[in-house]
Amino acid sequence: MSEPRKETKLVPVPATNYVPERDVDKPPILEARNLGIDFGGLTALEGFNLAISPTEIVGLIGPNGAGKTTVFNLLSKVYQPTRGTILLNGNDTMGMSTVQVNRAGVARTFQNIRLFSNLSVEDNVKLGLHNHIKYGMFSGVLRLPNYWKQEKQANERVRELLSIFNMEHMVHDRAGALPYGAQRRLEIIRALATAPKLLLLDEPAAGMNPSETGELMENIVKVRDTFGVAVMLIEHDMNLVMGICEGICVLNFGKIIAKGTPSEIQNNPVVIEAYLGRQKEDG
Amino acid sequence: MLKMQKSTRKTVSTYALVIVAFVVVQGLAMSGNISATLRGQLVPICAYVVMAISLNLTVGVLGELSLGHASFMSVGAFSGVVACISLQNMIAFGPVRLVVGMVIGALCAGIAGFLIGVPVLRLNGDYLAIVTLAFGEIIKNLITCLCVGVDSRGLRFSFLTSADALKLEEGGRVIINGPMGIAGIPKLSTFTTGFVLVLVTLFIVMNLVKSRSGRAIMAIRDNRIAAESVGIPITKYKLMAFVTSAALAGAAGTLYAMNFSTIVATKFNFNTSILILVYVVLGGLGNIRGSVIAATVITILPEMLRGFNDYRMLVYAIVLIIVMLTTNNARFKTILSRLIPSKKATGEGRQP
Repeated sequence: MSEPRKETKLVPVPATNYVPERDVDKPPILEARNLGIDFGGLTALEGFNLAISPTEIVGLIGPNGAGKTTVFNLLSKVYQPTRGTILLNGNDTMGMSTVQVNRAGVARTFQNIRLFSNLSVEDNVKLGLHNHIKYGMFSGVLRLPNYWKQEKQANERVRELLSIFNMEHMVHDRAGALPYGAQRRLEIIRALATAPKLLLLDEPAAGMNPSETGELMENIVKVRDTFGVAVMLIEHDMNLVMGICEGICVLNFGKIIAKGTPSEIQNNPVVIEAYLGRQKEDG
Repeated sequence: MLKMQKSTRKTVSTYALVIVAFVVVQGLAMSGNISATLRGQLVPICAYVVMAISLNLTVGVLGELSLGHASFMSVGAFSGVVACISLQNMIAFGPVRLVVGMVIGALCAGIAGFLIGVPVLRLNGDYLAIVTLAFGEIIKNLITCLCVGVDSRGLRFSFLTSADALKLEEGGRVIINGPMGIAGIPKLSTFTTGFVLVLVTLFIVMNLVKSRSGRAIMAIRDNRIAAESVGIPITKYKLMAFVTSAALAGAAGTLYAMNFSTIVATKFNFNTSILILVYVVLGGLGNIRGSVIAATVITILPEMLRGFNDYRMLVYAIVLIIVMLTTNNARFKTILSRLIPSKKATGEGRQP
């Protein structure tokens, strides 16, 4: 990043544990062991092993239909795995629901944007903060002091979060009416509002032009540095993947075909074959 | 705080509308400028307004189609009336007895809503609509088979038998007499109590919608998968909306029943549920103020059209169709927005 990082002031909330540098020595935040899932007779994913350290940025790439989004759906418990285990912070997530796994620290965005499109930008972020705003139905209906206090805190927090992507001025806009790029950014902010330890981004740069993608790359790194989260992203834009990912995992036909640093992946013959096909023997 | 947010302005204007309408109508009634038929409609209008607002919570805010809303009204009506009659000797002051009746009616309807909601809310869309329809009919038939009496020992119940099976003591009174329903209801409901109930309902629903819980309910409507992904427990909030909606319908049922001398369970049938749904759809899904206006206008409309006599229901249907077409017509809306510049899209409500 060219300019000195703008220090965003953040009120202390759980899980924004600022970690200054990448610490690969620490135990992994997420570990998938021999993960697999079948849909009927079709094996969509098999033998998936991956460990993500806290504050690492990991890329998940592969041709269309390789099972990348399936991995995300397994990690966020939209699907329950047929085989294998997912350890979150060393704890088995067996039988947990999407809601529980989110509370345990996994937040995600979606390939086809899933915002609460009839609600305002502010409400969308507040919904991300849902489990950090603590008052019940009765305080809300009767407008008890706790309601005003918590809502005020939430409003401040919403503006802080929006300021990461310079979206404060859109706070009262309807989410569905935002431009495409802003919707993608809002989805990331909403995921961040849940105070995750692992952020799953499903094609964050889809439909963005090169300058927007460049801005997004800076922002992803900035988010990692400010919030101390690990990021795992699916992306087809190789500039983005090679530019910011510290580790890359390549999937093809539901299996990992390569793992390594960006430079290792770029020179891996198996990966090149998966993407470009095999060169004809003495053509 | 002169510059209010759009949503706040909308809330204030809704309260203002209801209060002004009450003051005007009450003034007209005092000076005797209101026809006897319309005067008789005042309490039912209040009850239907509450029904429309509460159903809007399920259909507009939660986004689940419920076709059995009248059944919660009937649970509230029968339990509320039973409470009011059996407490006759304990609480002499009418309005207090009515309020107690409404609370009991709301509680019973809320419990019914919970019991039905637990299995039903696992379903979505059309399936949920069909099952609520079925439960509505079941509740109607259960009440038709129920006999309740009161004597010195307290309330006596019997099911699927006649009122004789209650074996009441001397001086006891049959309250619910099976298919004959309840007769001899003391007329405790007044326009003022109805108005207060409308205000309380508005207060509960509008505050709920603009709180943490209401946001979660609307999030489920807009995108269930995304709501789960940010850690919102779907079932809890679906149930919260459904039970609140049922409880308010119960209070409206008590208000409605205490306006008539007799009441039967078959009054709260599928047609009533659909009628309330018409109010909600006409007023706009998620639009509370719209529900209030639609319920009022549609209840008065048949009376207004009495001049057309034979063609009354035909005109009524045509008016409904015209309103449906114009309120959902994009071109009409742009014309309207040009005439009224402030009419712009807000964050809440489904209509853009």
